[in-house]
Amino acid sequence: MAKIELRNLAHSYGGNPSGPEDYALRRMDHVWEDGGAYALLGPSGCGKTTLLNIISGLVQPSEGQVLFDGQEVNALPTERRNVAQVFQFPVLYDTMSVYDNLAFPLRNRRVPEDRVRERVEEIATMLDLGDVLKRRAVNLGADAKQKISVGRGLVRSDVAAVLFDEPLTVIDPHLKWRLRRKLKEIHERLKLTLVYVTHDQTEALTFADRIVVMSEGEVVQLGTPQELFERPAHTFVGYFIGSPGMNFLDCELDGDAAVVDGHRIPLSDEVLTASREAEGRLEIGVRPEFLELTGESGDGLPVEVQFVEDRGTHRLVKARAANNELFVKLRDDQPVPGDRARLRFPPEWTLLYADSRLVR
Amino acid sequence: MGKTYYPKAWLMVLPVVAIVSFSAIVPLMTVINYSVQDIFGPESRYFVGMEWFREILSDPDILGAFRRQFLFSFAVLAIEIPLGIAIALCMPRKGPWVSVLLILLALPLLVPWNVVGTIWQIFARPDIGLAGITINGLGIDYNYTGDSIDAWVTVLAMDVWHWTSLAVLLCYAGLQAIPDAYYQAARIDGASRWAIFRYIELPKMRGVLMIAILLRFMDSFKIFAEPFVLTGGGPGTSTTFLSQYLTTMAVGQFDLGPAAAFSLIYFLVILLVSYVFYQVINNLGKGVG
Repeated sequence: MAKIELRNLAHSYGGNPSGPEDYALRRMDHVWEDGGAYALLGPSGCGKTTLLNIISGLVQPSEGQVLFDGQEVNALPTERRNVAQVFQFPVLYDTMSVYDNLAFPLRNRRVPEDRVRERVEEIATMLDLGDVLKRRAVNLGADAKQKISVGRGLVRSDVAAVLFDEPLTVIDPHLKWRLRRKLKEIHERLKLTLVYVTHDQTEALTFADRIVVMSEGEVVQLGTPQELFERPAHTFVGYFIGSPGMNFLDCELDGDAAVVDGHRIPLSDEVLTASREAEGRLEIGVRPEFLELTGESGDGLPVEVQFVEDRGTHRLVKARAANNELFVKLRDDQPVPGDRARLRFPPEWTLLYADSRLVR
Repeated sequence: MGKTYYPKAWLMVLPVVAIVSFSAIVPLMTVINYSVQDIFGPESRYFVGMEWFREILSDPDILGAFRRQFLFSFAVLAIEIPLGIAIALCMPRKGPWVSVLLILLALPLLVPWNVVGTIWQIFARPDIGLAGITINGLGIDYNYTGDSIDAWVTVLAMDVWHWTSLAVLLCYAGLQAIPDAYYQAARIDGASRWAIFRYIELPKMRGVLMIAILLRFMDSFKIFAEPFVLTGGGPGTSTTFLSQYLTTMAVGQFDLGPAAAFSLIYFLVILLVSYVFYQVINNLGKGVG
C-alpha cells in the first residue's frame, strides 16, 4: 500500500521536445492518497496509458519524479516497485494451471512453497476461483481469465498499488458489472491504492472515489464524480462527463449578467466576483439536467424546440437559440413545451469559462 | 436451427474432386496397382500380392537407407529447430535492421536445390574450397569424397545452411505475434529470461514450431538433389538416401513393381511420422482441464 506522488512529471517519447505539443504527458504535480481508488479517464490517445506505465515503471518519464510513500522510485525497475498491473486483455501463462498462474509471481521471488499455497488459496477464495484452481487457465472464460490476471497482482502481500489498463474491454457486458463489483469489493477489503484507466465514464464514475480526467496529455481535472458533474474545471470535462454533455454558449459579460445572442443571463455572485479577472474567449456552461424549460410567455432565452426524445426515465429536448444548440433533460412529470419555448438558466448552476477553463 | 440439404451444392466441389483425382488419387491408384503386379510388358502381367513389399522390407540395403534417413532427419530437426529458435530470439523486434536481416535470412531459401549442391561441392573441396581448405588447415583431416563420415556431416551442414532460415522466419513471425503486454506482465511478475522463454515464448510459438517441424521433417526425409549433386550418394552408400535409391530402382533399373511398393512404404512412413509429430506437439502443454 502506498501513497503515489507525481512531482513535476512530464513525458515525451521523442528525444528533444520543443513545445507542449511534443509531450505525450504534460507537466503535472499530484498526490494520490494511500488506499484511494483513482480512475484515469480520457479518450484514446490522451496519455492515460503512458501515465499508468510510468507509475508501473514500464516507461521511464523524461522529466520529474515518481514517489511511492515519499521514496523516489524512478530508478527502480518494474519488478521491484511492488505494483501489479492488469492489462486490456487477460495475460495468462497458457501452459500453467490456474494455481500455477497465481503462484508464479511468488515463486519467482522464491517465497517458500507452503506460504505460496496459503496466499494462492486466500486470493482464489476472494476471487471465486477456488474450484477451478487445478484447471488450465487457457480453457476458462474471459472474465475468469481476467480475474486470474488480477489475482496474480494481488497474490503478493507487499503489493503497493494495483494498476488497471482498461481491464473490462474484452468482458461481456453482463459480466462487466459483476467483475467491477468484485474489484470494488477487493478494494474495500484490502485497502489497496487502485488506479484504473478507462475511456468509459460509467466505469470511472462507478469504480473510483476520485477521477483524473485527461485530455491531450494534460490532467484537466482531478475530483470526485460529484465535482466533475457539478463544477467541471474545463469544457472538455463538461463534454466528456454526462450524457449528453454540458451545454456551452459563447457570451459577453455586461454588468451582472452574461449576454448570449442579445439576451441577458444573470450570473451568481460567486461567478461574478471571479469573472473580473477572466480574459479570452468567454462561454457559459450549464448541464442539461439543470436547465428549465418554460412556455413561450416566460422570461428566459427564447428557443425553438427541435425534437423531444423519450428516454424512459426522462425526456431529452434539443433546443435551438439563434446560433446555439442546447440539450435539456426534463423529468418525466414535467410538461413538454410546444415548438417555441424559453430557457431559464439557474444562476447557481450556470458557470463561466474563459478559454475553456472554469472561471473561479 | 434445422439443416437444409441442397444436393446441388455437391456440384460446387466437383472441380476440386476432378483436380485432386488427376493430381493425387489416379497416380496413387496406379502406384498401388503396380505394387502388387510383376509387369514384363503391356500384355504379360502377373499378380504377385504382397511379394514386392516383403522383398523391400527384407532388403538390408533399403533398411540401411531407412536407418540413415531417420538419423539424418532427426539430426536435421535437432539442429535446425533449436538453432532457428535461438536466432529468432536474438533478432531485433523492430528497427531498420529487421528488413536487412530478413532478406539475408531468406537468401538461402531462394537458391535452387541442385545449385546448393554445386555450391557446397566446391565450397567443401579440400583442394580449392574455402571450407575444405580451412578445416584441413586447422589440422583436421577432412575429405568428403573419400570419408563417409565427412560426407555425411557435409550433407548435414549443407541442409542446415539451406533450411535453418525457414525455422528462423517461422519462429520470428511467431515471436512478433506476442503482444507486449505479456512481456510487461512477466516483468511485473518478476519472471527470469528463462521463465519468459519457457512460459510465454515457447507456448506461443507452438503453432509455428509445428509447421517448422513438419515441413523440415518431410522435406529432409525426401532429400534428393543436394546430396545427389554433392556426393552422388557416396562414398559407398554412406549418403545414399531413400529418394535416390528409389529413383535408381524406378528410373534406372525399371523395376516398377518393387519401386511402387517402395514408394508406398516411403509415403506411409512420412505420413505416420508426421501424424505422430502432429499429435505430440498438439497435446504438449494442453493437459486435462
